[in-house]
Amino acid sequence: MPTITYRDALNQALREEMQRDPDVFLMGEEVGLYQGAYKVSRGLLEEFGAKRIVDTPIAELGFAGIGVGAAMGGLRPVVEFMTWNFAVLALDQIVNSAAKMLYMSGGQIPMPIVFRGPNGAALQLSSQHSQAWESWLSHIPGLKVVAPATPYDAKGLLKSAIRDNNPVIVLEGEMLYNNKGEVPEGEILIPIGQAEVKREGSHVTVICHSKTVSVALKAAEQLASQDISAEVVDLRTLRPLDDAAILASVAKTNRVVVVEEGWPQCGVGAQVVDLIQREAFDQLDAPVLRVTQADVPMPYNKQLERLAKPSPEKVVAAARRVLYLD
Amino acid sequence: MTTVTAQPAKGETQVAQQRRMLREMLLIRRFEEKAAEAYALGKIGGFCHLYIGQEAVAVGVSAALEPTDYVIASYREHGQALVRGISARAVMAELFGKSTGCSSGKGGSMHLFDAEKRFMGGHGIVGGHLPLATGLAFAIKYRGGDAVCACFFGEAAVNIGAFHEALNMASVWKLPVIFLCENNRYGMGTAFERVAAVTDVVEHACSYDIAGEVVNGMDVLDVQAATQRAVQRARKGGHPTLLEVRTYRYMGHSMSDPLHGVYRTKDEVEEQKKKDPIAQLFQRLRQDGAIDQAGYDALDAEIKAEVDDAVKFADESPDPAPEELTTHVLAD
Amino acid sequence: MATTVVMEALSPTMEEGRLVKWSKAVGDAVKTGDTLAEVETDKAVMELVARADGQLLKQVVAEGATVPVGGAVAVIGAQGESVATTAAAAPAKSSQPSAVSRPPSATLAPAAAPVSAAPADATRVVRASPLARRLAKERGVDLKLVQGSGPGGRVVMRDLEGAGAAAVAVPRSAVPQPVGGVAYRDVPLTQIRKTIAKRLGASLGPIPHFFLTTEVDMERAADARAALNQQLGDQGKISVNDILLKATALALSKHGACNAWWQEDHIRYWNEVHLGVAVAVEDGLITPVIRNTDRKSLLEISTESRELAGRARERRLKPEEYTGSTFSVSNLGMFEIDQFTGVINPPEAGILAVCTMVAKPVAVDGQVVVRRRLRLTMSCDHRVIDGATGAAFLRTLKQMLENPLAMLL
Repeated sequence: MPTITYRDALNQALREEMQRDPDVFLMGEEVGLYQGAYKVSRGLLEEFGAKRIVDTPIAELGFAGIGVGAAMGGLRPVVEFMTWNFAVLALDQIVNSAAKMLYMSGGQIPMPIVFRGPNGAALQLSSQHSQAWESWLSHIPGLKVVAPATPYDAKGLLKSAIRDNNPVIVLEGEMLYNNKGEVPEGEILIPIGQAEVKREGSHVTVICHSKTVSVALKAAEQLASQDISAEVVDLRTLRPLDDAAILASVAKTNRVVVVEEGWPQCGVGAQVVDLIQREAFDQLDAPVLRVTQADVPMPYNKQLERLAKPSPEKVVAAARRVLYLD
Repeated sequence: MTTVTAQPAKGETQVAQQRRMLREMLLIRRFEEKAAEAYALGKIGGFCHLYIGQEAVAVGVSAALEPTDYVIASYREHGQALVRGISARAVMAELFGKSTGCSSGKGGSMHLFDAEKRFMGGHGIVGGHLPLATGLAFAIKYRGGDAVCACFFGEAAVNIGAFHEALNMASVWKLPVIFLCENNRYGMGTAFERVAAVTDVVEHACSYDIAGEVVNGMDVLDVQAATQRAVQRARKGGHPTLLEVRTYRYMGHSMSDPLHGVYRTKDEVEEQKKKDPIAQLFQRLRQDGAIDQAGYDALDAEIKAEVDDAVKFADESPDPAPEELTTHVLAD
Repeated sequence: MATTVVMEALSPTMEEGRLVKWSKAVGDAVKTGDTLAEVETDKAVMELVARADGQLLKQVVAEGATVPVGGAVAVIGAQGESVATTAAAAPAKSSQPSAVSRPPSATLAPAAAPVSAAPADATRVVRASPLARRLAKERGVDLKLVQGSGPGGRVVMRDLEGAGAAAVAVPRSAVPQPVGGVAYRDVPLTQIRKTIAKRLGASLGPIPHFFLTTEVDMERAADARAALNQQLGDQGKISVNDILLKATALALSKHGACNAWWQEDHIRYWNEVHLGVAVAVEDGLITPVIRNTDRKSLLEISTESRELAGRARERRLKPEEYTGSTFSVSNLGMFEIDQFTGVINPPEAGILAVCTMVAKPVAVDGQVVVRRRLRLTMSCDHRVIDGATGAAFLRTLKQMLENPLAMLL
């Protein structure tokens, strides 16, 4: 099986879907001539031309809305944001236009559009460029939200997102683009709404997504050396949540730690905890603990930044607490 | 700039077309009057923005469009929906929130939709639909079609970023979109000149290197002619146009807002009513001998019956079933 | 999670206490139940015990100091924990749960319940994880008998592993099905009853026990048993215990005041008598119930008690077979026990402890003769049963045993 980067997996997904369906096009800042700010769209301009690989001005609200309008007109746009920090300018179009169009038109106007780009912190980019937006986006009915952690999931989920008849938010990660993983040749479609157990375990469940999957897996390694068996559940899709997968793991381990890059209040983890206390109350042997970004804007200083982010050590500490070991 | 005068549509005499425009304006007027009445009776809830006084804009623009063209509008869109061929019944039922409404009762006054008639909605965030219009035009061009997209918005939207981003990209990409600014002089209760550095909206066309015209929005034929010129530019080469259509709303911003008061005088409203678009067109047709008072009265009676029927239909239609609450959140 | 230790009301009428002697020094490890200090009350010198685990972080008062009930005495917390925030919270006005410092990070800290310093009522609250509660219910384990190892003594899953019969006790949720008529009557607490409950509860712990002992002459009962067994032949065998159960049940039917449940805000007086019979099983005990004991014949009681005891030892009792008793009997006669007291199974109000029947010299009509005698001790919940009430019941029981024909009355 070929080993490719997360970036190239996304590139493959875009290329395959654009080859498959002439209504699919990519628009965003620097996606064409510059080959993408993170080179996800490398080679696509040459293959598909300027009509389908559309360089936009720096005007997130405008081009996101143009994407929505194009979807109303029957196309299947893929709108790339250079990062989700800039997409906040486009939230009106994502939230008020894309998410609600089908509903307020009484089902007449479907919205097959993908909004994608890197999300969350990279390294020392300070406050405005290091934010995780998933809890904002997964709050909205009418949107689907996916957050792949591996090259395989990135390809499979982006392809599913492009074929979906609804607005799908694809949260990538600047720190993930260089990660390598096995991606089989040919078609991969991962259904939206399916979590995956990335590591089996029996003592404690660590629920994570996107970049925190590797954090959780590292934590599981450390826990294993302490004879603690951690199960790592990668949500992969944040809306709709895979309730069944979460509950199945809780039933198995009775103890849960939820990890995310976002801030604690109203986070994805808060939603997961709600589900667990509601549907698996009698399975719990300990309160569910969360590991999140510190409740502060991201600092620039490297040491402070490290303190602010979720880490394997924090996950290990939380896992030991739900096991009543500390 | 090529000059195109108001031309009759294919196979229709000029007089017949003007009589039709008179009928459409009257339909909007009587429809809105009934909507006001129904609102007062509690049959219509929420916000309800009436179009009385501005009828010539929707009718004149529509007269220059083909059925395959897209229309998208703000939340003051009852008139545009009606002239694009959505029945008075379906619009009134939507205002009443009924399942027979053109958006199945889920959109209401601000979100009238009919995809088949290419009426792409009323939109409630000021300026938010200008990028959507640009995107519709993008889709037209992407597929090599010759349709255009007409986008109605109020002058207050000119101050918002989306206006500028949309005009810029429409121009850069040469998209077949017509930006129809209905300048009724007040953004809710704020006069445009109090909050805009450039008070002639049309001047913004220069900033984005697109065509621009000022249009007398109380004269339906002037609106029609200007729109035809814009349509020609758009269909030929995808050149967008900004039309500043100067018009006036007789009513308050919405049903819950005053007609006049701190922001404008009663005298001003009465003065504007003297330029009423319906009266103007009727006078012209009467002078041409195309219609007399009796004919007008008969037309009016026929329209009133149509609107009464729409109210009755809306009243008797069922509410959406409770299970409709959760349908159409996501497509299959 | 530091806990402020407050002066507890160690006697019913105590309003303040003098700290006579510290039993723990600052820095000492402290476990729930450890004696922290000796306190002189208005009646006696009592022990002030810890209600939390940790380290004695601070002695708030010196030896010899007098502290009002509810006033801060000491602080218990984790090693190295700052005392400042906690000590400031004291003194409490009454024996309410003490102030508890919150962990600084809501995200990483478990949502532990505050550790209570209240001496009586609060200690009745069982802390257990939802999973532990479910497992306990499924296994018939009384969580009150399980030592929790989690924060604040929370019972968690691991505490139930291996907690087999040792913790199996009598869940109190099941209500016996009435045979006919109304099974019981609920009587609201009168003010005096509330006061008795509160004051006695505060003095001794959750259940204010008192004990009544009597010695019964068993000559006639033993003779009757021998005669009955002779008559029964192969049909069965009546034991002394069977006669005792029957007599106890009949006496209870005549003394409904002792056949009752303490229900915190009211007392439930049972119109039916369901006797719990303590049975020793491997690693513990369980109390199967003979329903409507007072209405059953000696032979029925005999058969049923043997059958239940047998299955109890095999751990094959269904929950409804060991729940819902209204009074219990614990018989250690086979162990040659001269004197013991039973611990009441809440919410019951009494338990009868039965010792070994012994032949011994007694004075009868001025003559020393050898008689078979049986010592009975009744433990009473003073919130329900007063001394005279319990004594009256015991007298009836004694009369029935000494003159078995009285059971026919």
